[in-house]
Parts: sequence; structure tokens; C-alpha cells
Amino acid sequence: MMTLGRALLFGMDNLQILFSAPIFSLQLLIDGLLIGAIFALAAYGMALVWGVMKIINFAQGEFVILGGYMAFAFSRAGVHPFFSVPMSTVSLYIVGWLLHRLVIFRIVEEDLFISILATFGISILMQQLMNQVFTADVQTVDSGLSTWFLFDGNVTVLQIKVVSFATALVLGICLAVFMKKTRLGQTIRATAQNARAARIMGIDTDKVYCTTFALNAAICGACGALVLMTWVIQPFMGLAYTIRSFMIVIVAGIGNVAGVVLAGLGLGAAENFAGFILGAEFQAAFIFSLLVVILVWRNFALRLKRRYLY
Amino acid sequence: MNSAERNATIYGAILIASLAAPWVLPAYQTQLAFLWIMVLFALTWDLVGGQMGYTSFGNIVFFGIGMYVTAVIQRNLHFDIKEYVHVAGAVDTLQPGEYLSGLFLGMGASAIVAVIIGAVLGLCILAMGMRGQYFGICTLGLGVAAGEIASGWDYIGAGSGMVAPVFPERLGERGAFFYYIFFILTVILFLTLKWLYAGRFGLAINAIRDDEDKAEAMGIRTTRYKMTAWCISALFLAVAGGAAGHLVGFIDPTEVAFAGATFGVWMILMAILGGKGTLWGPVVGAVIFYITQEVFWTYLFGWQRVAMGALIVGIVVFFPQGIMGWMRERWPERFGHRVEESTLSSSAEGGGP
Repeated sequence: MMTLGRALLFGMDNLQILFSAPIFSLQLLIDGLLIGAIFALAAYGMALVWGVMKIINFAQGEFVILGGYMAFAFSRAGVHPFFSVPMSTVSLYIVGWLLHRLVIFRIVEEDLFISILATFGISILMQQLMNQVFTADVQTVDSGLSTWFLFDGNVTVLQIKVVSFATALVLGICLAVFMKKTRLGQTIRATAQNARAARIMGIDTDKVYCTTFALNAAICGACGALVLMTWVIQPFMGLAYTIRSFMIVIVAGIGNVAGVVLAGLGLGAAENFAGFILGAEFQAAFIFSLLVVILVWRNFALRLKRRYLY
Repeated sequence: MNSAERNATIYGAILIASLAAPWVLPAYQTQLAFLWIMVLFALTWDLVGGQMGYTSFGNIVFFGIGMYVTAVIQRNLHFDIKEYVHVAGAVDTLQPGEYLSGLFLGMGASAIVAVIIGAVLGLCILAMGMRGQYFGICTLGLGVAAGEIASGWDYIGAGSGMVAPVFPERLGERGAFFYYIFFILTVILFLTLKWLYAGRFGLAINAIRDDEDKAEAMGIRTTRYKMTAWCISALFLAVAGGAAGHLVGFIDPTEVAFAGATFGVWMILMAILGGKGTLWGPVVGAVIFYITQEVFWTYLFGWQRVAMGALIVGIVVFFPQGIMGWMRERWPERFGHRVEESTLSSSAEGGGP
């Protein structure tokens, strides 16, 4: 108890720093918002699979990390980091397509238990596979961009973070347009609304499921490549991305693109502040505890709403 | 009475074999003790995940809580915390009486703490009606969060973990001692579950698994049953965790106590392999999995965890009923199902709206 209190006291110290030097919180806010766009993109992919296939992909974070490792392998082979983004996107599309053809198509219309456990198994499989192939070392890639100094050097902004923020936004807008305008996007939305009716109308839902799952993997691939350039990747970091995506989707709701973006940016900022106030060793604990709190709060809210029905 | 005689023979044979095991295979006492922990893991997971249908990924939380509570009580009873060093050294001075009192007091306290924490978590999660995938991901988060908090908290050794006191030599063989502790614990758990599943409790949680809303509408107090099952699972896991900490000797926050990547996954895999929702399934699954794991795992050179993921996917997608489930389909009369009745009722069900 004593030491926990001391940790809290340290937290108070850090909190006071934030109050006495507001410029510092600006720094944390900017960093958080820039990272948050990547979270929002991954969450959009999860919402896509969730809405269309009614599967919560427990392996979402592992897709992100795998995308990062793909980009890492390409840049090792001599590709410039920026070009590794589309390359890892394409390779993850193929991985997603293969996974659907091998496993996922068997669990789409199965009961909940099977879909939870199967995607959970896939996540363990991918995580350990990456650990074997790429070792457990932390990896990153230098993009060769420099840093901006704002406010007399009190706030530093890495240019790569801005670039990845912009990339994530552009990708998100492209996806939204793709969903609204193209024929394939329309079939995906129709399947999400009512798979049976879509099938009656002549939509090949199996193909739609396959495309959706592969598309989600591709989105994660882009996210992973961006994470690799802005942050670091490690085989066991995947779960945190799954949890983040899940939180964002829960807070925003499925099919609410603006909500996903806002929640993603908010989560990025919250995480950065928590990491500073509580100390870096509790940042991961913060994410996972926040998940539990959000889920409990959501259920509590639902229960309150339900009470009016009686 | 033929089946009763057969059952008595089976139970007797298992009892004699398990009592004799540590003396027949003295070199494998620790592994055999772990075999019983695995059976306990699978049984407690199956109570919530199989019989009640709440797929939990975070049951390991209670195991870790029990481990830490026992270790902290053992430490605080006999050592001045200010002088205590986390690394082994001045620790091996305990008398057998001190060791045993600390161990059993710790196990008792961890049972109480785990049930209280389980009840609080249950009130927040189960009583609020969290289900399905939400419950799964919430428990997954709980398990990881607990490990992360433990590895940041200085009082319990933070990332460097805690060391359990050295086993006093006068108490006999360490492996055999813990073997019997886990054996007794697992037998108590098994008999408790057998008794619970045979009665109203078993029917109620199976009804919750099949259709919770219907069960509630039929007047079953679902929250009460869910909380009871969750707390029973927590209790046994915590007590086992307390003793397991002393068996392992070193309590690492994420590799031993809140070991989601090994024990946390194994308990799920073992229960599905044996057949979730059956009494004997988890036992069979745990024995088969653990022996395979001990025999073959070393030949896989680090690929064993990859194989584990592949196994989960494979079993869940292609063999979801598990070994006991398959046997029940193959020989239904041996499980006390009347074949004609079940086909009749299922066809009547299919003919309904």
C-alpha cells in the first residue's frame, strides 16, 4: 500500500508539472492525437468485420504487428519506408484472403463460442509465429524525416508522425468513399444490413465476407507500417492494438465513422497523458484497465436504459 | 448395477494409481503435481466456460491473486519487510511449523480474497449482464491488466517478482508434499463439481448456456447462479495458486502468476480438447494435453507455442465437441442417454415453429 501511495504521489508530482508548465500538456496532446489516427484506422477495420461478418476479430492487433513486420522486411530488403506502406498493405490483403479461405469461412455463421475461440487461436498462432521468425526484439525503421520545433523548442513534433497522421486520414477517407460509391462497397454494406436479403438479391455473400476480411487485414497492414515508422513493434504488442480497436468501436458504435475518428484521437491523447501521469510502467495497465472500465460502464448504461422498459 | 460396479472400479483404479504415482515415479513428482494443477485449471475453466457458456480468457487472474496473497502473507508473517530481500538468500531459515502455518494461512486468506475480488468483479461484469464476446474480451483485458499492475507494484516485487521461502527439509520430499496437496484439492473440486452438476445448479447453469433470457424468464435466478459458478472457480484457482507459488519457488508477475500466454491458454485448450460441458472431459483433456506437452514440447524448439495456437484453431473449427463430446455422440447409451427419447425430442423440437 505504501509504495502504491508513493506511486500515486509521483503521479501527483507529474500532474503538478502539467499545471505549472501547460506547454508540456500541449506536447502530450499533439503526440497523442497524431498516434490516435492510427488507432482509429485499425478500429475502422475491426468495425467493418464486426458489422459485416458479426465476428469480433481477436487477431486484429496481430494483423497490425504483422503489417509492421512486413514493412520491416521490405525496408530491410532496400525499399524506402514510405513505399513499404502500400507493399505491406497488399501483402496483408493476401494474408487476410488466405486466412479467410482456410479458417474464417468455416466460422462466419457458426455460434459465438467458436468464432471467439478461433480468432483467439489465430492471434496466438500469429503472435508466436512472429516471435519465432523475427525474434522478440523491438524493431523500428528510420524514415529519414526530421523534427519541427515549435514554441521556442518547447514542443517537438516529429515530422513522421504528421505524415503518418495524414496517411491514416487519407486512407480512412478513401475507404469511406469506397464504401459509399463503388459497387463492391455497396454489396458489403448490403450484407452488413441483412446477409440473407443480400443473398436473395443475388449478392455473393461469401465473396463479400472474403473481401471484407482481406480488406480489414490490408487496413491493419497499413497501420502496422505506420506504427513501425512512428513507434516500435514487437511480437507481443498486438493484444494492446486489439484492445484499443475494440474500445474505440464500443465507444463510437459500429458504422459511425466520425465517432471512430474522434474516439481514436481521444484514446491516443488519454493514453499519452496517463503514461505521463502514472509513469511509463503503468501505461499498458492503463489501457487494459480502461477497457474493463469502459465495458462495465457500457453495460451499466445499457442496464439503466433497459429499466425503463419495465 | 453393472455400470455402478464399473464406475467403482474406475474410481478405485484412478485413486490407487494417483496415490501411488509419486512413489512409483519419484523423479517426476513435480511434473505429476503440475498434472493435478492442469486438471484443476481445466475443471475450473469448464465450470464457467463450458457448463455456463461464458467464454472467459482471464480466469488466470485468480490463480495469480492466490499466488501473491499466499506469498505476501508468508513473507509478512515471518520476515521484517524492511530487511527482506527479494532475491533468495536470508530466506532459508524457516522451521517446518512456520512454513506450514504460513502456507495454509496464506491459502486460506487467498481463498477469501479471491472470492471477495471475484464477487466484486462478478457484480460489475456478470450481474450487469455482460455476455458473449464482450465478456470474453473483458476477461482478456482483466488478465493482462492484472499482470501489468503486478509488474509495476513495488510492494510485491514489481517486475522482478517474489521468491517463496525454501521448503524445509524435515517435511520430507517437496514434490510429494505438493503432489498430495494438489491431489486433494483437485479431488475436492471434482467431487464438488460432480455434486453440483448432478443437481439443480448444473441444470440452471446449462440453461444459462443454452439461452439465458429464456432461463431468466422461466424464473431461474441467473445472476445468483452465474456469481456462484464464477466464485467457485475463483476460489479453487486461488487456493491452487497459493500452493503453486511455493512449488515453483519463484513468482514472476507475467510468466508464472498471471501467465496468460501459457496457463491461461492451456486451461482453455485442455477443456475444449477433452470436451467442454462434460464432467470428465476437462480431466481427460488435461491429462492428454499435459503428457503430450511434457513429452513432445521439448522437441519443437520454441515452436510449441505456435503449435498451441494452431491446435486451438484446429480443435475449435474441426473438432469442437472434444473427446468426451465425441464419445457421447458415438456411444450415447454409456452416458445414460436413451437414444430413442433424444431423437424423438429433437424431432419434436425441429417440427415446432
